[in-house]
Amino acid sequence: MNKPTRNLAIALVVALSFGTLGGPSAYAQTVQSLRGADVAAPEPSPESYRVRPDGPPIQRDFVQQPPVIPHKVEGYEVSLNFNKCMDCHAWSRYQEFKATKVSLTHFKDRDGGELSNISPRRYFCLQCHVPQTDAKPLVDNTFKRADGLR
Amino acid sequence: MTHDHNPDKGRLWQRLRRVAFGLGGIAFVAGIVFWGGFNTAMEMTNNEDFCISCHEMQKNVYEEYRNTIHYQNRTGVRATCPDCHVPKDWMHKIQRKIQASGELWHHLLGTVDTPEKFDAKRLKLAQSEWARMKKTDSRECRNCHNFEFFDYSVQGRRSNKAHQEGLSAGKTCIDCHKGIAHSLPPIEQDIGVARDAVTPEVFHPTGAAGAGK
Repeated sequence: MNKPTRNLAIALVVALSFGTLGGPSAYAQTVQSLRGADVAAPEPSPESYRVRPDGPPIQRDFVQQPPVIPHKVEGYEVSLNFNKCMDCHAWSRYQEFKATKVSLTHFKDRDGGELSNISPRRYFCLQCHVPQTDAKPLVDNTFKRADGLR
Repeated sequence: MTHDHNPDKGRLWQRLRRVAFGLGGIAFVAGIVFWGGFNTAMEMTNNEDFCISCHEMQKNVYEEYRNTIHYQNRTGVRATCPDCHVPKDWMHKIQRKIQASGELWHHLLGTVDTPEKFDAKRLKLAQSEWARMKKTDSRECRNCHNFEFFDYSVQGRRSNKAHQEGLSAGKTCIDCHKGIAHSLPPIEQDIGVARDAVTPEVFHPTGAAGAGK
């Protein structure tokens, strides 16, 4: 064969053998997770943490973010029988408890129709809203909240 | 009494007295043994293992209770079935134990022996317990929780406010803390499809607009 083709063939053989004969470790050494652990290793767990105690509302980081829960929700029932969150956050009761009322966005069904109470789509609050803990971030970062909210 | 002319009569009385004292002593000891045995037998019906030996209790209320703070918590200080449902002082305890024969009767009848039957009766059973606690000013809660010794500096914001306002308004524990150990019956919150449920007013019979549940 001519010289360029022969050189190409040799380069290909070398490249492929580096991957095959060198074994997976040859590549894996260059792949590392952000937390510094090997991809296959178990994740480092956070230190023992506590749920943040009751406090004032926490500022959001994004405009569309479901606000986080600034109090403990241990033992609160959200089931077919009863939604404990709505006991304080419903429009008819929030003033009594000085709680944040559920947003208007929760009152639409899946076809966009308006409802007079929260939609079954938004019934299970904890799918989007979470309480906070004092666990440290696992990775240092320079995150800043959205421009309009700073 | 003893200046008899008949010494045999005196000895007869002496024998009778000795027999009487002997029998009295035996009766006294027998009474202690009986009382202790009775109490031991009664206390054997006064623990969690006995209560959940009926499947109606084990499958329904015990399973629900296992998710709650009275079952497992940071300090491991627990309240089991009798701590909340059987008074600790003698008179009330005996009264409750006599009333418990009704529970044996319904166990035999199978009144709540399936989950569906239990859920159908759940509201009525719950309300009778709430009424009992309301009547006794939550006596069983106060077996362990003494609100005069609440440390408000370590309670959360919301419980601080609710406790101070509620207790000074003369409320009792069960007015707010319903559903703390077992699941609540269905409550109508006007969300979604109407179903067989009760309105929240059932749980706040005074109808006051004070600190709700």
